[in-house]
Amino acid sequence: MISNHLNSYLILAVFLLIAGIYGLIQHRSFIGMLVSTELILNGAGINFMAFNRFLAPDPAVGQVITLFIMGIAAAEAAIVVSFILAVFRKYRSIDPDEVKELHG
Amino acid sequence: MTFYQIIAEGLFFAFIILVILGSLITIRAKILMQTVLGLAVALLGVAGIYFYLGSMFLTLMQILIYVGAICIVLVFGIMVGYTPTEVAEKGIKDWRNKFLAVTSAVAAFLLILACVLKTDWIPAVADDRNFSVAHLGEAFLYKYCLAFELISVILLIAIVGSIILARGGAGGMITDHPTVEEVDAVQEEKGEAST
Repeated sequence: MISNHLNSYLILAVFLLIAGIYGLIQHRSFIGMLVSTELILNGAGINFMAFNRFLAPDPAVGQVITLFIMGIAAAEAAIVVSFILAVFRKYRSIDPDEVKELHG
Repeated sequence: MTFYQIIAEGLFFAFIILVILGSLITIRAKILMQTVLGLAVALLGVAGIYFYLGSMFLTLMQILIYVGAICIVLVFGIMVGYTPTEVAEKGIKDWRNKFLAVTSAVAAFLLILACVLKTDWIPAVADDRNFSVAHLGEAFLYKYCLAFELISVILLIAIVGSIILARGGAGGMITDHPTVEEVDAVQEEKGEAST
């Protein structure tokens, strides 16, 4: 019964984390980096839910935190997409290497 | 092990494979649209994992918020401002980035895996294992009221901020931004006028 062990969930969460880290470094566009960040946040969510299921005394805590993570992710995605639009309008590119100038 | 338990284990493996396949597509795809579709597959798998962790409500919320809302926002972001060929070609060329990415990912994986396997997890004394939505709603409105209110304020600020950013500043609708040279020329003119 592998679905009844804490370690299987934790290892899956670690896999999501490293997939996110790899994508964050390797992707050559802001959108790809944002997508990788979503993977990392989901790994954190799985971790919270796994500890909530196997270790926590009150099962509402982990669900509250996971919902909080989802809300943060939604807000972050909206902000970053509009930021990408503003950057694209100014530089005609979403490659992080080409966006080098900051103005005060 | 009964028949239903075998089916449950098989479905659990199916969800794990969905997560792994989706995240591999996400980090390996050369076309940005495929990246977001891979993310949607991975998030569906994570929703199934939440089901196995006992929370039906979070499964539905994962599908609604992540697959339904965030992926759509990302697709819009790609369709509005994206130049297909440039980014795809550059992704293949750069080997230094790939080396850095593989090194850091493998190092993080080994470190955290060692931590997970070496730790002796001790379960807390459970008072009740109540996973119902009613219990969750009570927790939200009494014990975790601050988190509930904070998330609504954060979402409101994010919506207003993203509208302002996308419209091009607080001054109103600016469809065509000035280039760097134009801004510099205007600044120089202002400097000359004041002196």
